[in-house]
Amino acid sequence: MKTVTVNNISKSYSEVKAIENISFDVNEAEIFGLIGPDGAGKTTIFRILTTLILADHGNASLLNYDVVKDYKKIRQIIGYMPGRFSLYQDLTVEENLNFFATVFGTTIKENYDLIKDIYQQIEPFKKRRAGALSGGMKQKLALSCALIHKPEILILDEPTTGVDAVSRKEFWEMLRQLKNRGITILVSTPYMDEASLCDRVALIQKGKIMQIDTPNKIVNNFEKTLYAVRAGNIYRLLQSLRESELTHSAYPFGQYVHYTAKESLNDVADLLDHLTRNGFQNIEIQEIKPNIEDCFMALMS
Amino acid sequence: MNRFKSFVIKEFYHIFRDRRSLIVLFGIPIAQVLLFGFVITNDIRNAKIAVLDYSKDDISREITNKIVSSQYFSLAETLNNDKDIEGIFKKGRVKMVLVFENNFAHDLENTGKANIQIIADATDPNLANLLVSYLSAIIMNYTLDMNRLAVVPMQINMESRMFYNPELKSVYMFVPGVMAMILMLISAFMTSITITREKESGTMEILLVSPLRPSQIIIGKVVPYVLLSFSSAVMIILLGIFVFGMPVEGNFILLLAESLLFIILALSLGILISTIANSQQTAMLMSMVALMLPTILLSGFVFPIENMPFILQLLAHIMPPKYFIIIVKNIMLKGTGFSYVWKETLVLIFMTFFFIMLSIKKFKVRLE
Amino acid sequence: MENQVVITSKNMIKKFGDFVANDHLNFEVYKGEIFGFLGANGAGKTTAMKILCGLLTPTSGEIFVGGFNVYTETEKIKRSIGYMSQKFSLYEDLTVFENIRFYSGIYGLSDADIKMKSNNLMDKLGLSAQRNSLISSLPLGWKQKLAFSIAIIHDPQIVFLDEPTGGVDPITRRQFWDLIYDAAHNGITVFVTTHYMDEAEYCDRISIMVDGRIEALDTPFNLMKTYNSENMDGVFLKLARA
Repeated sequence: MKTVTVNNISKSYSEVKAIENISFDVNEAEIFGLIGPDGAGKTTIFRILTTLILADHGNASLLNYDVVKDYKKIRQIIGYMPGRFSLYQDLTVEENLNFFATVFGTTIKENYDLIKDIYQQIEPFKKRRAGALSGGMKQKLALSCALIHKPEILILDEPTTGVDAVSRKEFWEMLRQLKNRGITILVSTPYMDEASLCDRVALIQKGKIMQIDTPNKIVNNFEKTLYAVRAGNIYRLLQSLRESELTHSAYPFGQYVHYTAKESLNDVADLLDHLTRNGFQNIEIQEIKPNIEDCFMALMS
Repeated sequence: MNRFKSFVIKEFYHIFRDRRSLIVLFGIPIAQVLLFGFVITNDIRNAKIAVLDYSKDDISREITNKIVSSQYFSLAETLNNDKDIEGIFKKGRVKMVLVFENNFAHDLENTGKANIQIIADATDPNLANLLVSYLSAIIMNYTLDMNRLAVVPMQINMESRMFYNPELKSVYMFVPGVMAMILMLISAFMTSITITREKESGTMEILLVSPLRPSQIIIGKVVPYVLLSFSSAVMIILLGIFVFGMPVEGNFILLLAESLLFIILALSLGILISTIANSQQTAMLMSMVALMLPTILLSGFVFPIENMPFILQLLAHIMPPKYFIIIVKNIMLKGTGFSYVWKETLVLIFMTFFFIMLSIKKFKVRLE
Repeated sequence: MENQVVITSKNMIKKFGDFVANDHLNFEVYKGEIFGFLGANGAGKTTAMKILCGLLTPTSGEIFVGGFNVYTETEKIKRSIGYMSQKFSLYEDLTVFENIRFYSGIYGLSDADIKMKSNNLMDKLGLSAQRNSLISSLPLGWKQKLAFSIAIIHDPQIVFLDEPTGGVDPITRRQFWDLIYDAAHNGITVFVTTHYMDEAEYCDRISIMVDGRIEALDTPFNLMKTYNSENMDGVFLKLARA
């Protein structure tokens, strides 16, 4: 059985189409990622699934409960972390957790087992007001609050935005553990590098899903051969590559330029020739495996 | 029940940790009552009057002395001719002129009737009203004293050249008005803000997604404010009694019950505003414009309703504070019982019911 | 890379009471360089940047920005720097041109200059058709590009970017970096604070702050080699967990 089914949903705000004909399924105990920039429609999809807004068209269900008809039932089985930090900043860590536990008719004790690993990390600060926590700790508190009623499905809207690298890594480790306990997780993120941490992802841009697959398959589907190129000043290198007839795409990636050629035959030799003719030295060209970001950009253009 | 309890506790945490809301809840009521109280009593204390005495007899002098020796008035000038009246008002030297007709004492002693004319500067109608009623009270007192000794009952007719508002009988007038205003402020203003704050901080999203029913969310948010508004109301009444020596002639319990009714009405208005407004700023603006200003301007608190243009009078009749002020005045100052205010009470009950139904209808179980 | 120094910080210390936000920061930034200033939330990045922008006085240290002393010449510093933060500095309810005119006006550009510069700027960004559109109607990526261009409209020596490129798609983000490269190429020093490690790799040199101190300062390439890591995320994790 599919845990989440989304069937052809669309939603517009006045004139603007937020999402258009979105369909996907999520399996039990799967980490499913919606990967895309701000304004792609991730939040809209999650709000429809959490029964907060209604779709204009299409239908969706969670554990066979319809998001429109059975919204009360759905509200009992999901845990939700909205995009912004949405806890009471003027309440302490403990007060927040207690409050949400009673709201869902349970107690911290009853479900302590599930949140233990996460909550222990912030327990030393339980008397501190939530507003005074660091980004990483806020996020752990928010996750604890979303988990306190033992939800079967966890819906996390950009949980790692604005959080530092260490906390991000820890957060994904926690999600992995929750998945192992059988919880289905829907997560959205604008960070392309987080895609590889999901079991399956949907790449989403301007309200449409461009591709749904496992991160590995998406990467393997990259059509062209991708090269990382380096040759002195990156600004000049980029300009030169963009002017070149040979180039299919050239995007800066840190200290390298990721390059694909129009013609795959002799592409390395042609490129080397072009760069030497244009006066570049210390040229470094190596074939690399594309990452999700390469794939995302290839799908966009 | 447990959910409800923890909701209320949480709400109290919010209130007591936010200095601003504490100030609104307790600082403003105290400041307002003291401010209104002292400003008004001050004005009355030093009011300057002029006397035009055509009669110049014992009684007219005695009355003049009585008035001037009271703490409210001082004699600024004695006039000889009614042509001087306009001039003296134009100069703004006095607020009021007292005119004794010819043969004042003679008429009073022989016919038992005599006339005094009170002419007030009505540029500030409230003050003028107040002054006139004060002056009348002093003269009435004098008549009562005289009648105790006299064989034939005597009567002094007072004619005031200005609209006379029979309700304006004392300086305590402002307390019911301030009470209405403050209860409106705390109840409607604070609830609309506290609910929109949850919308703004995104916590409303989580509450909506939880199994809580909308009515539970609303009641949980509102109950603490009922309690706080109620204690604020009690505080205002106590301030009135102990600082300004205000009487509570009627039933104290009835007064509290009516205050509670008005609080619930104001809260339902606050909830209604919060269902429409999406940010604290909008909520604040809406309660300012839609609630506070009408309470101050149209409820009869500052400007007598009878003096308003017809259209504003119509508007005033649908302002809940108007009825509350009438009720409180009746109970506190006139000492009347429920049988005299049941109509107004019914209006308030009906309004409360209407606004609550409307809010429940408008409160959304979703974000849009 | 010219080695003319535009920012010098010798033993910069900033204390708030007992709390040491910046603990002996030592670094130099060169003209035309893209300098990445990294660290977790609360590591002290923002405090240091505020000091460099002349908004905060340091507790001690010898600090010069664009040749001016941060203790005594903050007005001159402010005139020679540009600033852009992720929370946009643009007015949403003004049009593209009105925003440009407002900010150029602040820096005292003449009317003729404003006219010329705003036309160039809008041409370059392909925004000429949107000249009279409200900022609120523009997509996020365009706002970021416009905000950056406005931050350098008065040709500052240094432009400070505070977490500039969150939330846009990868192509738009690269277009934004094109603008940064372009500015650096024209001799403007770019000082970027970010906590996105992958973005840090675009910088010429990076300093990484942990708990108020600069723990590492080098080119991304050398840092990855030193810390034996494939990417900057790895470098940061090793530093922060040490």
